[in-house]
Amino acid sequence: MDVGLVQMQRRLADYANALFKEGILDSQYLQLQELQDESNPDFVVEVVSLFFTDSEKLLNDLSRDLAQPNVDFKRVDAHVHQLKGSSSSIGAERVKNACIVFRNFCQEKNIPGCLRCLQQIKQEFLLVKSKLETLFKLEQQVVAAGGSIPTVQQPSL
Amino acid sequence: MGTAAEPQFHVLAVDDSLVDRKLIERLLKISSYQVTAVDSGSKALEFLGSRGNNGRSSSDPVPSVSPNDHQGVEVNLIITDYCMPGMTGYDLLKKIKESSSLRDIPVVIMSSENVPSRISRCLEEGAEEFILKPVRLSDVNKLRPHMRRTKKLKTHQQEPREDSERHGEIRSQPARQHELEIQQSQHHPSQQVPQHQQQKSSNNNKRKAIDAEEGLSPDRARTRYSGVATF
Repeated sequence: MDVGLVQMQRRLADYANALFKEGILDSQYLQLQELQDESNPDFVVEVVSLFFTDSEKLLNDLSRDLAQPNVDFKRVDAHVHQLKGSSSSIGAERVKNACIVFRNFCQEKNIPGCLRCLQQIKQEFLLVKSKLETLFKLEQQVVAAGGSIPTVQQPSL
Repeated sequence: MGTAAEPQFHVLAVDDSLVDRKLIERLLKISSYQVTAVDSGSKALEFLGSRGNNGRSSSDPVPSVSPNDHQGVEVNLIITDYCMPGMTGYDLLKKIKESSSLRDIPVVIMSSENVPSRISRCLEEGAEEFILKPVRLSDVNKLRPHMRRTKKLKTHQQEPREDSERHGEIRSQPARQHELEIQQSQHHPSQQVPQHQQQKSSNNNKRKAIDAEEGLSPDRARTRYSGVATF
């Protein structure tokens, strides 16, 4: 038994479990993993990558929208709605929750509140992006060493 | 389950979100459906118009044409997002149900928002089911009974007649067709029976409350709205 591989798998599992414990990912992420198999071995990375590029664009749009002299709140809300949807679809729980808060400020037409929320969303987005990129690297290492990715067990919350 | 040799049900998925489109496509493919995914209602109608569904009466499916014939491929179910720019899922649903050639295609609506009046409206307009996003494999598993049967796509699992009876039942009695129990228990513990009028008037507040709820309890039981009455 390759002890190095076992250790790597252990590290991967611990890292993944921590993400769930910290509420950075929720059970929807596990759903994505269930959709990955030998015929679609990169499904999770592909969907998550789409989420990254999609979100970056939305965050830029939001910054621009909120910087306008007359803020179009309908437009802002539409963008946040999209971001909320896609973050929910991949299990990025904290990003999703930040979007929910944002929409409340949007409905109140509260610009300072919206700006604060946008900062929050950006932070959460960068966090989940960095965590997932690390997770994918760890997975790559395990696979390269001949191992398989252990099934992530969501810790009881 | 369909094998490569068996004709598969063909699902048309409509969603403006790239992430969600990829997800629903994978969910459907892994469930052995053939999938066409488009990003708007107008593209969906375009696709439907070009697929041999056009100009055919509702009770008359494709006459004996092999499934591999280009003109013979039909759509057995449409699954569409509700919130889309331009034509919403509801607008698309209406257009489909107003079309003599398309109205027999079952339509399922997806939405990230739990809005009772929205759900009622869709079901009353003839949607088979209303699924809350994010969509999961268990949701897609529930689609099979709704698939429109055509002459060339009989499965060994269900009698065509049985399915069309149920299909007819759902269509004619939409008002009973959604369960609001879980939502009711969160907001009105004393109420058991959903009241449409009450839901409508307090809709905006409820939506906020629901959104806040979502944030607090991500692992809450997922509300389902299906074609089965659950009083």
